[in-house]
Amino acid sequence: MTFHAGQKICAVIVDDEDLARQVLREFLSAHSEIEIVAECANGFEAVKAAAEHKPDLVFLDIQMPKLDGFEVLELIGPGPAVIFVTAYDTFAIRAFEVHAVDYLLKPIGAQRFEAALERATERLSGKLPAVALPPLELAAAARPPRQYLDRIPVRDGASVFIIPVVKLDYLEAQDDYVALASQGKKHLKQQTISSLEAALDPSRFLRIHRSYIVNLERVARIEPYGKDSYVAVLNTGTQLPVSRAGHARLRALLGR
Amino acid sequence: MHPILTELRRLIFYLLGWVPLAAMLAYLLAVPGGLTWWQAGAVAFPLCLLYAFVCLAAWYPCLATPLERASVPRFLFTHVAGAIVASTLWLLVARFLGRTLSSLQGFHGIDARLSGDLPLLFGTGVLLYLLAVGFHYVLLAVEASRQAEARVMQASLLARDAELRALKAQVNPHFLFNSLNSISALTASDPTKAREMCILLGDFLRRTLGLGEKLAIPLSEEMSLIHAFLAVEKIRYGDRLRMEESIDPAALGAEVPPLLLQPLVENAILHGVANLVEGGWIRLSVERHEDMLGVEIENQFDPEAPRRRRNGVGLENVRQRLEARFAGHASFAARATDDRFRVSIRLPVQTQELRVPTRGALQEKLS
Repeated sequence: MTFHAGQKICAVIVDDEDLARQVLREFLSAHSEIEIVAECANGFEAVKAAAEHKPDLVFLDIQMPKLDGFEVLELIGPGPAVIFVTAYDTFAIRAFEVHAVDYLLKPIGAQRFEAALERATERLSGKLPAVALPPLELAAAARPPRQYLDRIPVRDGASVFIIPVVKLDYLEAQDDYVALASQGKKHLKQQTISSLEAALDPSRFLRIHRSYIVNLERVARIEPYGKDSYVAVLNTGTQLPVSRAGHARLRALLGR
Repeated sequence: MHPILTELRRLIFYLLGWVPLAAMLAYLLAVPGGLTWWQAGAVAFPLCLLYAFVCLAAWYPCLATPLERASVPRFLFTHVAGAIVASTLWLLVARFLGRTLSSLQGFHGIDARLSGDLPLLFGTGVLLYLLAVGFHYVLLAVEASRQAEARVMQASLLARDAELRALKAQVNPHFLFNSLNSISALTASDPTKAREMCILLGDFLRRTLGLGEKLAIPLSEEMSLIHAFLAVEKIRYGDRLRMEESIDPAALGAEVPPLLLQPLVENAILHGVANLVEGGWIRLSVERHEDMLGVEIENQFDPEAPRRRRNGVGLENVRQRLEARFAGHASFAARATDDRFRVSIRLPVQTQELRVPTRGALQEKLS
């Protein structure tokens, strides 16, 4: 989508501190072309507001209740231009890796704010290249090394579920989605199974099949299934196919 | 590089050490060897000067054959072979020297007489070389103990450094950045409140000034520091921040390390209140049991909150400071149960006299 003169830009402000939102509101009040459609005080509200209002621009704090800024970005997808606003300079590299338009440090200066806003409008009007890759793939890539996911946020319409990885049974690839099986329910997440595989601790999660990753703690036994193929039987009784390569990986991991 | 050759002073002392050995050799050559004193001296001193340098070469086999690791056969073989080689070399030089000297006046026939002394020379050469081996092992041991000493010094310096760093890691700069951002917001909407917050922030900062150098402050001072800190945070978090205190009046005079409790309150806000949509409470209680202080800080938290980066750093800092200051006499425990996080500390009560034992205080105790 590109913008033309006279068209309003819908913005959402996300920060858990009222006063921090107030500064942004004040700076934005000088810009008649920008309309604040929602203000959110936590990550859940932000995802809900993004689903309802489809904003063009999001001002996003990083450390908040419920979901942090990166998780919010992962859930709202590549649509809006995102400007991170935080007191911490340590997230800057990660922020640009997930294609944030800009990164503002608190306390925010008016000039710096205007520059960020200009970048955002350029991005929205198509002058700056838009996001090349969907940010969720990048969010996974930008994770600090040797730190694996301990929870996976999933969005269903405007509501958000947080699935701790210890409660995952298995993951199943379904076209552009991955179904996360946890406690008898399946949650769909728009992500490739390979990028999730890279983000999960390899000593606890194993790709046993092109379409399946299993939580090793849930595996009760491996049974032969026909010639040259196997099934993994989980504690819940669910049976998952194990490919030949998957079986080799299982054997390598279990050391026999 | 050989340690003796690295300094001229060492080399001079080493060579002086050889003077009595040369005199001994001259005696051997003169009395049982049958040379005149003059001849014996003229042969013994140059030979010993040369051999002094040859024996320095024993450093390398000694380095390659450490006493504590080399096997006995290898040890014996290395040094006996070394002695034979060195001594043989020495003999060749002695013969050459004898032949050269024999053409001079007063030295006629010295080469023939020296040839008769060759077994004596060879034996002396072997003994001297073995002496040098022993000397080098002593040198190695001295060097090793010096290095060990240096390592211990280095380690204690590092430990002291770490302690100082821990003591100085005090006011979290992000607290300042966030507070300044709040003030920036208030300047437009509520200038009076902005000014109030400036003053509160100034008050807090002034109280923390110079605390890094102090060993201890009364608990009452630490508490007013915490109150100044909370007054600022209260403006940022509003009703989300609820503080409950119960402080034993008997504890207020007790001396505690400065900024020991404030980071715990800050931690409770950062990982508790700040992660809760509706906010939460923090309970601080301090009790005094005779010579011990018991501190408990409990806060609500969201067990499903996203991980924060600084998680645990503040707590670890407090734990290390307690350990560095009181060794085994203080305890630190942090525990999360359901949605509550509790830090419990016990530390010995310090009093002014104990901390700085002045002469007067000591005399008072003695009498």
